[in-house]
Amino acid sequence: MTATVQPAVQISGVSKIFNLGKPNEVRAVEGINLAISEGSFVSLIGPSGCGKSTLLRLVAALTPASDGEIFVNGKPAEQARLDRDYGMAFQTSGLFGWRTVIQNVELPLHLMGWSKAERRERAAEMLELVKLGDFADYYPRELSGGMQQRVSIARALSFRPSLLLMDEPFGALDEMTREHMQTEVLDIWNKTGKTIVFVTHSIPEAVFLSQRVIVMSARPGRLAADITVDIGDRTFETREAPRFFDTITQVREALRNKEPSA
Amino acid sequence: MTTRDEVARAVSKLERKAAMKWSARRAVIFLIFFVAISFAYSGYKTFGRAIDDSQTKWPVIGRALPRTDDLTMPPMSDIIAEFGKPPQRNSDKPLVAFIVQAASFTFREAGFGFLLGVILGMGIAIVMLRSPWIERGVSPYLVASQTVPLVAIAPIVVIWGSNSMGWLPFEWTRWMSVSIIATFLTFFPVAMNGIRGLLSADPAAMELMRSYASTRRQTLIRLQLPASVPYVFAAFKIAATGAIVGAVVGEISGGVPGGLGRLILDFASRYTTGPPRLYATVAGAAVLGIVAFALVTIAEFVTLSKRKEGSLAP
Repeated sequence: MTATVQPAVQISGVSKIFNLGKPNEVRAVEGINLAISEGSFVSLIGPSGCGKSTLLRLVAALTPASDGEIFVNGKPAEQARLDRDYGMAFQTSGLFGWRTVIQNVELPLHLMGWSKAERRERAAEMLELVKLGDFADYYPRELSGGMQQRVSIARALSFRPSLLLMDEPFGALDEMTREHMQTEVLDIWNKTGKTIVFVTHSIPEAVFLSQRVIVMSARPGRLAADITVDIGDRTFETREAPRFFDTITQVREALRNKEPSA
Repeated sequence: MTTRDEVARAVSKLERKAAMKWSARRAVIFLIFFVAISFAYSGYKTFGRAIDDSQTKWPVIGRALPRTDDLTMPPMSDIIAEFGKPPQRNSDKPLVAFIVQAASFTFREAGFGFLLGVILGMGIAIVMLRSPWIERGVSPYLVASQTVPLVAIAPIVVIWGSNSMGWLPFEWTRWMSVSIIATFLTFFPVAMNGIRGLLSADPAAMELMRSYASTRRQTLIRLQLPASVPYVFAAFKIAATGAIVGAVVGEISGGVPGGLGRLILDFASRYTTGPPRLYATVAGAAVLGIVAFALVTIAEFVTLSKRKEGSLAP
Protein backbone atom coordinates (compact mmCIF):
# COMPACT_ATOMS: atom_id res chain seq x y z
CA MET A 1 0.00 0.00 0.00
CA THR A 2 1.13 3.52 -0.67
CA ALA A 3 1.46 5.93 2.19
CA THR A 4 -1.29 8.28 1.05
CA VAL A 5 -3.61 9.10 3.90
CA GLN A 6 -6.89 8.17 2.36
CA PRO A 7 -9.68 7.18 4.72
CA ALA A 8 -11.41 3.86 4.15
CA VAL A 9 -14.75 5.64 4.40
CA GLN A 10 -15.30 9.35 3.79
CA ILE A 11 -18.78 10.73 4.41
CA SER A 12 -19.36 14.40 3.55
CA GLY A 13 -22.60 16.29 4.18
CA VAL A 14 -24.75 13.22 3.75
CA SER A 15 -28.51 13.28 4.27
CA LYS A 16 -31.14 10.68 3.61
CA ILE A 17 -34.80 11.54 3.35
CA PHE A 18 -37.34 8.79 2.79
CA ASN A 19 -40.61 9.51 0.95
CA LEU A 20 -39.46 13.00 -0.02
CA GLY A 21 -42.34 15.44 -0.42
CA LYS A 22 -44.95 12.97 0.79
CA PRO A 23 -46.93 13.26 4.03
CA ASN A 24 -44.90 10.41 5.52
CA GLU A 25 -41.58 12.07 4.78
CA VAL A 26 -38.84 10.89 7.14
CA ARG A 27 -35.47 12.59 7.64
CA ALA A 28 -33.45 9.50 8.52
CA VAL A 29 -30.01 11.10 8.70
CA GLU A 30 -28.93 14.69 8.19
CA GLY A 31 -25.66 16.50 7.63
CA ILE A 32 -23.34 13.61 8.43
CA ASN A 33 -19.59 14.22 8.16
CA LEU A 34 -17.38 11.33 9.09
CA ALA A 35 -14.03 9.89 8.12
CA ILE A 36 -13.05 6.37 9.08
CA SER A 37 -9.38 5.54 8.73
CA GLU A 38 -8.14 2.34 7.26
CA GLY A 39 -7.79 -0.61 9.62
CA SER A 40 -9.82 0.96 12.40
CA PHE A 41 -12.73 -0.48 14.32
CA VAL A 42 -15.56 2.05 14.57
CA SER A 43 -18.96 1.56 16.18
CA LEU A 44 -22.11 3.51 15.41
CA ILE A 45 -24.42 3.67 18.40
CA GLY A 46 -27.68 5.43 19.09
CA PRO A 47 -31.31 4.98 20.06
CA SER A 48 -33.71 3.09 17.79
CA GLY A 49 -34.55 5.12 14.72
CA CYS A 50 -31.43 7.29 14.89
CA GLY A 51 -30.53 6.20 11.38
CA LYS A 52 -27.41 4.21 12.25
CA SER A 53 -28.48 1.31 10.07
CA THR A 54 -29.47 3.73 7.33
CA LEU A 55 -26.02 5.29 7.49
CA LEU A 56 -24.44 1.85 7.13
CA ARG A 57 -26.68 1.06 4.17
CA LEU A 58 -25.70 4.37 2.59
CA VAL A 59 -22.03 3.41 2.90
CA ALA A 60 -22.89 0.03 1.35
CA ALA A 61 -24.72 1.85 -1.48
CA LEU A 62 -27.76 -0.32 -0.84
CA THR A 63 -29.79 2.89 -0.83
CA PRO A 64 -28.79 6.17 -2.49
CA ALA A 65 -28.05 9.30 -0.44
CA SER A 66 -30.45 12.21 -0.86
CA ASP A 67 -27.61 14.67 -0.45
CA GLY A 68 -23.85 14.68 0.05
CA GLU A 69 -21.11 12.31 -0.98
CA ILE A 70 -19.75 9.00 0.27
CA PHE A 71 -16.40 7.60 -0.76
CA VAL A 72 -15.21 4.10 0.05
CA ASN A 73 -11.52 3.43 -0.60
CA GLY A 74 -11.45 6.70 -2.54
CA LYS A 75 -14.26 5.64 -4.87
CA PRO A 76 -17.92 6.68 -4.89
CA ALA A 77 -19.88 4.21 -2.72
CA GLU A 78 -21.78 2.77 -5.69
CA GLN A 79 -18.55 2.01 -7.51
CA ALA A 80 -17.15 0.42 -4.36
CA ARG A 81 -20.19 -1.83 -4.18
CA LEU A 82 -19.74 -2.89 -7.79
CA ASP A 83 -16.03 -3.50 -7.08
CA ARG A 84 -16.98 -5.56 -4.01
CA ASP A 85 -14.87 -3.46 -1.69
CA TYR A 86 -16.89 -4.40 1.38
CA GLY A 87 -18.44 -7.44 3.00
CA MET A 88 -21.62 -7.22 5.00
CA ALA A 89 -23.15 -9.07 7.95
CA PHE A 90 -26.70 -8.47 9.12
CA GLN A 91 -28.61 -9.13 12.32
CA THR A 92 -30.32 -12.10 10.73
CA SER A 93 -27.54 -14.32 9.51
CA GLY A 94 -29.26 -14.50 6.11
CA LEU A 95 -27.81 -17.90 5.34
CA PHE A 96 -29.46 -19.84 2.53
CA GLY A 97 -31.20 -22.88 3.98
CA TRP A 98 -30.66 -24.95 0.85
CA ARG A 99 -26.89 -24.54 0.94
CA THR A 100 -24.53 -26.24 3.35
CA VAL A 101 -22.36 -24.10 5.61
CA ILE A 102 -19.40 -24.23 3.23
CA GLN A 103 -21.62 -23.58 0.20
CA ASN A 104 -22.97 -20.50 1.96
CA VAL A 105 -19.44 -19.19 2.48
CA GLU A 106 -18.71 -19.95 -1.17
CA LEU A 107 -21.72 -17.96 -2.40
CA PRO A 108 -19.96 -14.62 -3.03
CA LEU A 109 -17.02 -16.42 -4.63
CA HIS A 110 -19.46 -18.33 -6.80
CA LEU A 111 -20.97 -15.03 -7.98
CA MET A 112 -17.49 -13.74 -8.73
CA GLY A 113 -16.77 -16.67 -10.99
CA TRP A 114 -14.12 -18.45 -8.94
CA SER A 115 -13.34 -22.04 -9.85
CA LYS A 116 -14.73 -24.77 -7.63
CA ALA A 117 -11.33 -25.74 -6.23
CA GLU A 118 -10.42 -22.14 -5.37
CA ARG A 119 -13.81 -21.61 -3.79
CA ARG A 120 -13.54 -24.72 -1.65
CA GLU A 121 -10.06 -23.84 -0.49
CA ARG A 122 -10.88 -20.27 0.48
CA ALA A 123 -14.18 -21.18 2.12
CA ALA A 124 -12.50 -23.88 4.20
CA GLU A 125 -9.85 -21.36 5.24
CA MET A 126 -12.56 -18.88 6.28
CA LEU A 127 -14.41 -21.52 8.28
CA GLU A 128 -11.16 -22.26 10.12
CA LEU A 129 -10.88 -18.54 10.86
CA VAL A 130 -14.29 -18.52 12.54
CA LYS A 131 -13.56 -21.91 14.15
CA LEU A 132 -16.23 -23.83 12.28
CA GLY A 133 -13.96 -26.05 10.21
CA ASP A 134 -15.76 -29.16 11.43
CA PHE A 135 -19.17 -27.93 10.38
CA ALA A 136 -18.57 -27.39 6.66
CA ASP A 137 -21.14 -29.92 5.48
CA TYR A 138 -23.87 -29.06 7.97
CA TYR A 139 -26.98 -27.18 6.96
CA PRO A 140 -27.60 -23.79 8.65
CA ARG A 141 -30.67 -25.05 10.55
CA GLU A 142 -28.44 -27.56 12.33
CA LEU A 143 -26.32 -24.75 13.83
CA SER A 144 -26.93 -22.50 16.83
CA GLY A 145 -27.59 -18.78 16.36
CA GLY A 146 -24.03 -17.85 17.29
CA MET A 147 -22.58 -20.38 14.89
CA GLN A 148 -24.83 -19.10 12.11
CA GLN A 149 -23.53 -15.58 12.74
CA ARG A 150 -19.97 -16.85 12.50
CA VAL A 151 -20.78 -18.44 9.15
CA SER A 152 -22.21 -15.15 7.94
CA ILE A 153 -19.00 -13.37 9.02
CA ALA A 154 -16.92 -15.99 7.21
CA ARG A 155 -19.09 -15.39 4.14
CA ALA A 156 -18.62 -11.61 4.39
CA LEU A 157 -14.84 -12.05 4.59
CA SER A 158 -14.51 -14.83 2.01
CA PHE A 159 -13.54 -12.56 -0.89
CA ARG A 160 -11.19 -10.54 1.34
CA PRO A 161 -12.84 -7.14 1.15
CA SER A 162 -10.88 -4.44 2.95
CA LEU A 163 -14.00 -3.19 4.71
CA LEU A 164 -16.44 -5.11 6.86
CA LEU A 165 -19.87 -3.59 7.55
CA MET A 166 -21.79 -5.17 10.41
CA ASP A 167 -25.38 -4.26 11.22
CA GLU A 168 -26.22 -5.38 14.77
CA PRO A 169 -24.82 -8.80 13.98
CA PHE A 170 -25.17 -10.06 17.57
CA GLY A 171 -28.51 -8.40 18.30
CA ALA A 172 -30.40 -11.68 18.37
CA LEU A 173 -27.89 -13.59 20.52
CA ASP A 174 -27.97 -14.23 24.25
CA GLU A 175 -25.55 -12.32 26.49
CA MET A 176 -23.05 -15.19 26.96
CA THR A 177 -22.83 -15.99 23.27
CA ARG A 178 -22.65 -12.31 22.52
CA GLU A 179 -19.57 -11.71 24.68
CA HIS A 180 -17.95 -14.76 23.17
CA MET A 181 -18.68 -13.50 19.66
CA GLN A 182 -17.24 -10.08 20.51
CA THR A 183 -13.94 -11.70 21.45
CA GLU A 184 -14.06 -13.68 18.21
CA VAL A 185 -14.63 -10.57 16.12
CA LEU A 186 -11.76 -8.76 17.80
CA ASP A 187 -9.60 -11.79 17.12
CA ILE A 188 -10.57 -11.73 13.43
CA TRP A 189 -9.94 -7.99 13.30
CA ASN A 190 -6.46 -8.46 14.80
CA LYS A 191 -5.65 -11.26 12.38
CA THR A 192 -6.97 -9.66 9.21
CA GLY A 193 -6.51 -5.92 9.79
CA LYS A 194 -9.83 -5.05 8.14
CA THR A 195 -11.61 -1.79 8.62
CA ILE A 196 -14.76 -2.61 10.57
CA VAL A 197 -17.85 -0.42 10.88
CA PHE A 198 -20.11 -1.91 13.50
CA VAL A 199 -23.69 -0.83 14.21
CA THR A 200 -25.02 -1.68 17.66
CA HIS A 201 -27.38 -0.44 20.34
CA SER A 202 -25.38 -1.97 23.17
CA ILE A 203 -23.05 0.47 24.92
CA PRO A 204 -20.72 -2.14 26.48
CA GLU A 205 -20.47 -3.90 23.13
CA ALA A 206 -19.51 -0.68 21.33
CA VAL A 207 -16.92 0.22 23.99
CA PHE A 208 -15.42 -3.24 24.24
CA LEU A 209 -15.02 -3.63 20.48
CA SER A 210 -14.09 -0.27 19.08
CA GLN A 211 -11.33 2.25 18.92
CA ARG A 212 -13.91 4.89 18.25
CA VAL A 213 -17.57 5.11 19.20
CA ILE A 214 -19.74 7.41 17.10
CA VAL A 215 -22.82 8.42 19.06
CA MET A 216 -25.90 9.37 17.03
CA SER A 217 -29.05 11.21 18.03
CA ALA A 218 -32.51 10.53 16.68
CA ARG A 219 -34.97 12.31 14.40
CA PRO A 220 -33.21 13.46 12.39
CA GLY A 221 -30.15 11.24 12.80
CA ARG A 222 -27.12 13.40 13.49
CA LEU A 223 -23.69 12.76 14.90
CA ALA A 224 -23.82 13.66 18.58
CA ALA A 225 -20.39 12.65 19.82
CA ASP A 226 -17.20 11.03 18.65
CA ILE A 227 -15.57 9.19 21.54
CA THR A 228 -12.12 7.67 21.35
CA VAL A 229 -11.84 4.47 23.34
CA ASP A 230 -8.53 3.97 25.11
CA ILE A 231 -8.74 0.93 27.32
CA GLY A 232 -5.73 -1.04 26.14
CA ASP A 233 -5.72 -4.66 25.02
CA ARG A 234 -9.01 -6.43 25.36
CA THR A 235 -8.82 -9.33 27.76
CA PHE A 236 -11.26 -11.02 30.04
CA GLU A 237 -10.38 -8.48 32.74
CA THR A 238 -11.17 -5.54 30.45
CA ARG A 239 -14.91 -5.98 31.05
CA GLU A 240 -14.32 -5.44 34.76
CA ALA A 241 -11.77 -2.64 34.54
CA PRO A 242 -12.62 0.88 35.78
CA ARG A 243 -11.47 2.44 32.52
CA PHE A 244 -14.00 0.29 30.66
CA PHE A 245 -16.81 1.57 32.89
CA ASP A 246 -15.57 5.15 32.62
CA THR A 247 -15.84 4.98 28.85
CA ILE A 248 -19.26 3.35 29.07
CA THR A 249 -20.39 6.24 31.28
CA GLN A 250 -18.97 8.70 28.80
CA VAL A 251 -20.94 7.10 25.94
CA ARG A 252 -24.07 6.86 28.06
CA GLU A 253 -23.93 10.54 28.90
CA ALA A 254 -23.38 11.47 25.29
CA LEU A 255 -26.45 9.43 24.38
CA ARG A 256 -28.56 10.98 27.13
CA ASN A 257 -27.61 14.58 26.36
CA LYS A 258 -28.76 14.30 22.83
CA GLU A 259 -31.93 12.34 23.43
CA PRO A 260 -35.13 14.39 23.43
CA SER A 261 -35.63 13.71 27.14
CA ALA A 262 -38.88 14.48 28.87
CA MET B 1 -13.49 -36.67 12.32
CA THR B 2 -14.29 -40.38 12.51
CA THR B 3 -16.76 -39.84 15.32
CA ARG B 4 -18.44 -37.12 13.28
CA ASP B 5 -18.75 -39.43 10.29
CA GLU B 6 -20.14 -42.12 12.55
CA VAL B 7 -22.68 -39.69 13.94
CA ALA B 8 -23.62 -38.58 10.43
CA ARG B 9 -24.04 -42.19 9.33
CA ALA B 10 -26.13 -42.99 12.38
CA VAL B 11 -28.31 -39.95 11.75
CA SER B 12 -28.88 -40.82 8.10
CA LYS B 13 -29.68 -44.40 9.12
CA LEU B 14 -32.22 -43.10 11.60
CA GLU B 15 -33.67 -40.81 8.97
CA ARG B 16 -33.99 -43.68 6.53
CA LYS B 17 -35.62 -45.80 9.21
CA ALA B 18 -38.04 -42.98 10.02
CA ALA B 19 -38.89 -42.56 6.33
CA MET B 20 -39.56 -46.27 5.95
CA LYS B 21 -41.68 -46.35 9.08
CA TRP B 22 -43.59 -43.37 7.74
CA SER B 23 -44.17 -45.09 4.37
CA ALA B 24 -45.30 -48.31 6.07
CA ARG B 25 -47.74 -46.41 8.26
CA ARG B 26 -49.14 -44.61 5.23
CA ALA B 27 -49.60 -47.92 3.37
CA VAL B 28 -51.48 -49.41 6.32
CA ILE B 29 -53.74 -46.36 6.60
CA PHE B 30 -54.38 -46.54 2.86
CA LEU B 31 -55.41 -50.21 3.15
CA ILE B 32 -57.69 -49.50 6.10
CA PHE B 33 -59.45 -46.82 4.11
CA PHE B 34 -59.66 -49.05 1.04
CA VAL B 35 -61.35 -51.76 3.07
CA ALA B 36 -63.66 -49.19 4.71
CA ILE B 37 -64.70 -47.75 1.36
CA SER B 38 -65.28 -51.24 -0.06
CA PHE B 39 -67.47 -52.06 2.93
CA ALA B 40 -69.40 -48.82 2.54
CA TYR B 41 -69.98 -49.59 -1.15
CA SER B 42 -71.11 -53.16 -0.50
CA GLY B 43 -73.04 -52.16 2.60
CA TYR B 44 -75.02 -49.51 0.72
CA LYS B 45 -75.77 -52.09 -1.96
CA THR B 46 -76.99 -54.73 0.47
CA PHE B 47 -78.98 -52.20 2.42
CA GLY B 48 -80.51 -50.70 -0.71
CA ARG B 49 -81.39 -54.09 -2.14
CA ALA B 50 -83.01 -55.14 1.10
CA ILE B 51 -85.41 -52.22 1.10
CA ASP B 52 -85.89 -52.54 -2.65
CA ASP B 53 -86.80 -56.19 -2.31
CA SER B 54 -89.20 -55.60 0.53
CA GLN B 55 -91.03 -53.03 -1.62
CA THR B 56 -90.84 -50.36 1.03
CA LYS B 57 -91.30 -46.89 -0.36
CA TRP B 58 -87.86 -45.35 -0.42
CA PRO B 59 -87.92 -42.96 -3.33
CA VAL B 60 -84.38 -41.81 -2.56
CA ILE B 61 -82.70 -44.87 -4.00
CA GLY B 62 -82.88 -44.91 -7.74
CA ARG B 63 -83.56 -41.21 -7.83
CA ALA B 64 -81.15 -39.17 -5.75
CA LEU B 65 -78.87 -42.12 -5.03
CA PRO B 66 -77.71 -44.75 -7.51
CA ARG B 67 -79.77 -47.87 -8.01
CA THR B 68 -78.39 -50.89 -6.28
CA ASP B 69 -78.76 -53.43 -9.06
CA ASP B 70 -75.66 -55.12 -10.51
CA LEU B 71 -75.85 -53.02 -13.67
CA THR B 72 -75.51 -49.71 -11.83
CA MET B 73 -73.27 -50.96 -9.06
CA PRO B 74 -71.41 -54.11 -9.97
CA PRO B 75 -70.24 -56.04 -6.88
CA MET B 76 -66.78 -55.15 -5.60
CA SER B 77 -65.68 -58.73 -6.08
CA ASP B 78 -66.73 -58.62 -9.75
CA ILE B 79 -64.75 -55.40 -10.31
CA ILE B 80 -61.63 -56.90 -8.76
CA ALA B 81 -62.07 -60.17 -10.63
CA GLU B 82 -62.56 -58.27 -13.89
CA PHE B 83 -58.89 -57.20 -13.88
CA GLY B 84 -57.90 -60.82 -14.59
CA LYS B 85 -60.48 -61.47 -17.32
CA PRO B 86 -59.78 -60.83 -21.01
CA PRO B 87 -62.03 -58.03 -22.31
CA GLN B 88 -61.89 -59.31 -25.90
CA ARG B 89 -63.23 -62.69 -27.03
CA ASN B 90 -60.44 -63.39 -29.48
CA SER B 91 -57.61 -62.86 -27.00
CA ASP B 92 -56.37 -64.21 -23.66
CA LYS B 93 -54.87 -60.88 -22.66
CA PRO B 94 -56.36 -59.92 -19.29
CA LEU B 95 -57.95 -56.52 -18.70
CA VAL B 96 -55.17 -55.48 -16.33
CA ALA B 97 -52.66 -55.75 -19.18
CA PHE B 98 -54.83 -53.48 -21.33
CA ILE B 99 -55.11 -51.00 -18.49
CA VAL B 100 -51.37 -50.99 -17.78
CA GLN B 101 -50.59 -50.51 -21.46
CA ALA B 102 -53.12 -47.71 -21.83
CA ALA B 103 -52.00 -46.16 -18.56
CA SER B 104 -48.37 -46.04 -19.66
CA PHE B 105 -49.46 -44.43 -22.93
CA THR B 106 -51.48 -41.83 -21.02
CA PHE B 107 -48.66 -41.40 -18.53
CA ARG B 108 -46.26 -40.51 -21.33
CA GLU B 109 -48.68 -37.90 -22.68
CA ALA B 110 -49.26 -36.53 -19.20
CA GLY B 111 -45.53 -36.60 -18.39
CA PHE B 112 -44.59 -34.54 -21.43
CA GLY B 113 -47.54 -32.25 -20.77
CA PHE B 114 -46.38 -31.83 -17.19
CA LEU B 115 -42.80 -31.02 -18.17
CA LEU B 116 -43.97 -28.57 -20.81
CA GLY B 117 -46.35 -27.01 -18.30
CA VAL B 118 -43.56 -26.65 -15.73
CA ILE B 119 -41.26 -24.96 -18.26
CA LEU B 120 -44.03 -22.71 -19.56
CA GLY B 121 -45.33 -21.93 -16.05
CA MET B 122 -41.91 -21.06 -14.66
CA GLY B 123 -41.17 -19.04 -17.78
CA ILE B 124 -44.35 -17.03 -17.29
CA ALA B 125 -43.54 -16.58 -13.58
CA ILE B 126 -40.04 -15.27 -14.37
CA VAL B 127 -41.33 -12.88 -17.04
CA MET B 128 -44.00 -11.62 -14.64
CA LEU B 129 -41.36 -11.16 -11.94
CA ARG B 130 -39.27 -9.05 -14.30
CA SER B 131 -42.09 -6.88 -15.54
CA PRO B 132 -45.04 -5.90 -13.33
CA TRP B 133 -46.45 -4.30 -16.46
CA ILE B 134 -46.60 -7.64 -18.28
CA GLU B 135 -47.90 -9.26 -15.11
CA ARG B 136 -50.88 -6.93 -14.99
CA GLY B 137 -51.53 -7.33 -18.70
CA VAL B 138 -51.19 -11.10 -18.86
CA SER B 139 -52.85 -12.19 -15.59
CA PRO B 140 -56.47 -11.84 -16.75
CA TYR B 141 -55.73 -13.90 -19.85
CA LEU B 142 -54.10 -16.62 -17.77
CA VAL B 143 -57.18 -16.80 -15.58
CA ALA B 144 -59.45 -16.77 -18.65
CA SER B 145 -57.47 -19.63 -20.17
CA GLN B 146 -58.44 -21.78 -17.20
CA THR B 147 -62.15 -21.11 -17.52
CA VAL B 148 -62.33 -22.30 -21.14
CA PRO B 149 -63.73 -25.85 -21.10
CA LEU B 150 -61.04 -28.38 -21.93
CA VAL B 151 -63.53 -30.42 -23.96
CA ALA B 152 -63.96 -27.46 -26.28
CA ILE B 153 -60.30 -26.80 -26.99
CA ALA B 154 -59.16 -30.42 -27.17
CA PRO B 155 -60.42 -31.06 -30.73
CA ILE B 156 -58.98 -27.73 -31.86
CA VAL B 157 -55.56 -28.60 -30.48
CA VAL B 158 -55.66 -32.04 -32.12
CA ILE B 159 -56.62 -30.51 -35.48
CA TRP B 160 -53.93 -27.82 -35.19
CA GLY B 161 -51.43 -30.44 -34.23
CA SER B 162 -51.99 -32.63 -37.25
CA ASN B 163 -52.33 -29.72 -39.70
CA SER B 164 -49.70 -27.19 -38.78
CA MET B 165 -46.83 -28.93 -37.05
CA GLY B 166 -45.07 -29.98 -40.23
CA TRP B 167 -42.22 -27.54 -39.63
CA LEU B 168 -40.98 -29.49 -36.62
CA PRO B 169 -37.83 -31.60 -37.02
CA PHE B 170 -39.74 -34.69 -35.80
CA GLU B 171 -43.02 -36.13 -36.92
CA TRP B 172 -46.00 -34.80 -34.98
CA THR B 173 -48.09 -37.63 -33.64
CA ARG B 174 -51.50 -37.30 -32.10
CA TRP B 175 -50.46 -38.10 -28.55
CA MET B 176 -48.33 -34.96 -28.65
CA SER B 177 -51.49 -32.92 -29.12
CA VAL B 178 -52.84 -34.60 -26.01
CA SER B 179 -49.68 -33.52 -24.16
CA ILE B 180 -50.42 -29.94 -25.17
CA ILE B 181 -53.92 -30.32 -23.73
CA ALA B 182 -52.41 -31.65 -20.50
CA THR B 183 -50.06 -28.65 -20.48
CA PHE B 184 -53.12 -26.47 -20.42
CA LEU B 185 -53.99 -27.74 -16.95
CA THR B 186 -50.43 -27.74 -15.59
CA PHE B 187 -48.86 -24.41 -16.49
CA PHE B 188 -51.37 -22.31 -14.56
CA PRO B 189 -50.76 -23.54 -10.99
CA VAL B 190 -47.02 -23.57 -11.69
CA ALA B 191 -47.06 -19.96 -12.92
CA MET B 192 -49.19 -18.75 -9.99
CA ASN B 193 -47.17 -20.47 -7.28
CA GLY B 194 -43.97 -19.78 -9.17
CA ILE B 195 -44.38 -16.01 -8.98
CA ARG B 196 -45.29 -16.24 -5.31
CA GLY B 197 -42.25 -18.40 -4.66
CA LEU B 198 -39.89 -16.11 -6.56
CA LEU B 199 -41.18 -13.17 -4.53
CA SER B 200 -40.79 -15.12 -1.28
CA ALA B 201 -37.01 -14.58 -1.19
CA ASP B 202 -36.05 -12.92 2.09
CA PRO B 203 -35.58 -9.13 1.59
CA ALA B 204 -32.38 -9.31 3.67
CA ALA B 205 -31.07 -12.00 1.33
CA MET B 206 -31.98 -9.83 -1.67
CA GLU B 207 -30.01 -7.00 -0.09
CA LEU B 208 -27.11 -9.34 0.56
CA MET B 209 -27.05 -10.28 -3.13
CA ARG B 210 -27.00 -6.59 -3.96
CA SER B 211 -24.04 -6.09 -1.65
CA TYR B 212 -22.20 -8.71 -3.73
CA ALA B 213 -23.02 -6.74 -6.88
CA SER B 214 -24.90 -9.81 -8.08
CA THR B 215 -26.50 -9.54 -11.52
CA ARG B 216 -30.25 -10.00 -11.92
CA ARG B 217 -29.68 -13.38 -13.50
CA GLN B 218 -27.40 -14.50 -10.66
CA THR B 219 -29.93 -13.36 -8.06
CA LEU B 220 -32.61 -15.30 -9.93
CA ILE B 221 -30.59 -18.50 -10.16
CA ARG B 222 -28.85 -18.45 -6.79
CA LEU B 223 -31.57 -16.97 -4.61
CA GLN B 224 -35.03 -16.53 -6.08
CA LEU B 225 -35.39 -19.88 -7.84
CA PRO B 226 -34.15 -21.92 -4.85
CA ALA B 227 -36.42 -19.87 -2.59
CA SER B 228 -39.39 -20.69 -4.84
CA VAL B 229 -38.89 -24.47 -4.66
CA PRO B 230 -41.27 -25.21 -1.76
CA TYR B 231 -44.00 -23.15 -3.43
CA VAL B 232 -43.38 -24.71 -6.80
CA PHE B 233 -43.63 -28.23 -5.40
CA ALA B 234 -47.06 -27.40 -4.01
CA ALA B 235 -48.03 -26.48 -7.58
CA PHE B 236 -46.40 -29.61 -9.01
CA LYS B 237 -48.77 -31.76 -6.93
CA ILE B 238 -51.80 -30.00 -8.40
CA ALA B 239 -50.21 -30.08 -11.85
CA ALA B 240 -49.35 -33.81 -11.70
CA THR B 241 -52.95 -34.88 -11.17
CA GLY B 242 -54.11 -32.15 -13.53
CA ALA B 243 -51.86 -33.54 -16.26
CA ILE B 244 -53.44 -36.99 -15.94
CA VAL B 245 -56.96 -35.54 -16.05
CA GLY B 246 -55.97 -33.34 -19.00
CA ALA B 247 -54.53 -36.30 -20.88
CA VAL B 248 -57.58 -38.53 -20.33
CA VAL B 249 -60.00 -35.75 -21.25
CA GLY B 250 -57.80 -34.83 -24.21
CA GLU B 251 -57.85 -38.41 -25.51
CA ILE B 252 -61.61 -38.65 -25.18
CA SER B 253 -62.57 -35.32 -26.72
CA GLY B 254 -59.74 -35.31 -29.25
CA GLY B 255 -60.49 -38.88 -30.32
CA VAL B 256 -56.94 -40.06 -29.77
CA PRO B 257 -56.58 -43.84 -29.39
CA GLY B 258 -54.12 -45.81 -27.28
CA GLY B 259 -54.68 -44.44 -23.81
CA LEU B 260 -57.00 -44.73 -20.85
CA GLY B 261 -59.38 -42.17 -22.34
CA ARG B 262 -60.16 -44.33 -25.34
CA LEU B 263 -60.42 -47.43 -23.13
CA ILE B 264 -62.91 -45.66 -20.87
CA LEU B 265 -64.88 -44.46 -23.90
CA ASP B 266 -64.98 -48.00 -25.34
CA PHE B 267 -66.12 -49.64 -22.14
CA ALA B 268 -68.66 -46.90 -21.51
CA SER B 269 -70.25 -47.44 -24.91
CA ARG B 270 -70.48 -51.17 -24.23
CA TYR B 271 -71.42 -50.67 -20.61
CA THR B 272 -74.45 -52.97 -20.50
CA THR B 273 -72.38 -55.94 -21.64
CA GLY B 274 -69.93 -55.59 -18.75
CA PRO B 275 -70.21 -52.83 -16.15
CA PRO B 276 -67.24 -54.03 -14.05
CA ARG B 277 -64.87 -53.35 -16.99
CA LEU B 278 -65.56 -49.63 -16.86
CA TYR B 279 -65.27 -49.54 -13.08
CA ALA B 280 -61.95 -51.37 -13.20
CA THR B 281 -60.59 -49.02 -15.86
CA VAL B 282 -61.68 -45.93 -13.94
CA ALA B 283 -59.94 -47.37 -10.89
CA GLY B 284 -56.84 -47.78 -13.06
CA ALA B 285 -57.01 -44.10 -14.03
CA ALA B 286 -57.30 -43.17 -10.36
CA VAL B 287 -54.24 -45.26 -9.52
CA LEU B 288 -52.33 -43.49 -12.30
CA GLY B 289 -53.23 -40.15 -10.72
CA ILE B 290 -52.04 -41.38 -7.33
CA VAL B 291 -48.78 -42.62 -8.86
CA ALA B 292 -48.17 -39.22 -10.46
CA PHE B 293 -48.90 -37.48 -7.17
CA ALA B 294 -46.67 -39.87 -5.24
CA LEU B 295 -43.76 -39.34 -7.65
CA VAL B 296 -43.93 -35.59 -7.09
CA THR B 297 -44.20 -36.07 -3.32
CA ILE B 298 -41.10 -38.29 -3.28
CA ALA B 299 -39.19 -35.77 -5.40
CA GLU B 300 -40.28 -33.05 -2.99
CA PHE B 301 -39.16 -35.03 0.03
CA VAL B 302 -35.75 -35.73 -1.50
CA THR B 303 -35.30 -32.07 -2.46
CA LEU B 304 -36.58 -30.41 0.68
CA SER B 305 -35.66 -32.85 3.43
CA LYS B 306 -32.46 -30.94 4.21
CA ARG B 307 -34.20 -27.61 4.40
CA LYS B 308 -36.09 -26.01 7.18
CA GLU B 309 -39.18 -25.86 5.00
CA GLY B 310 -38.99 -29.55 4.18
CA SER B 311 -41.79 -31.71 5.49
CA LEU B 312 -43.02 -35.22 4.99
CA ALA B 313 -46.66 -34.32 4.79
CA PRO B 314 -47.97 -33.81 1.26
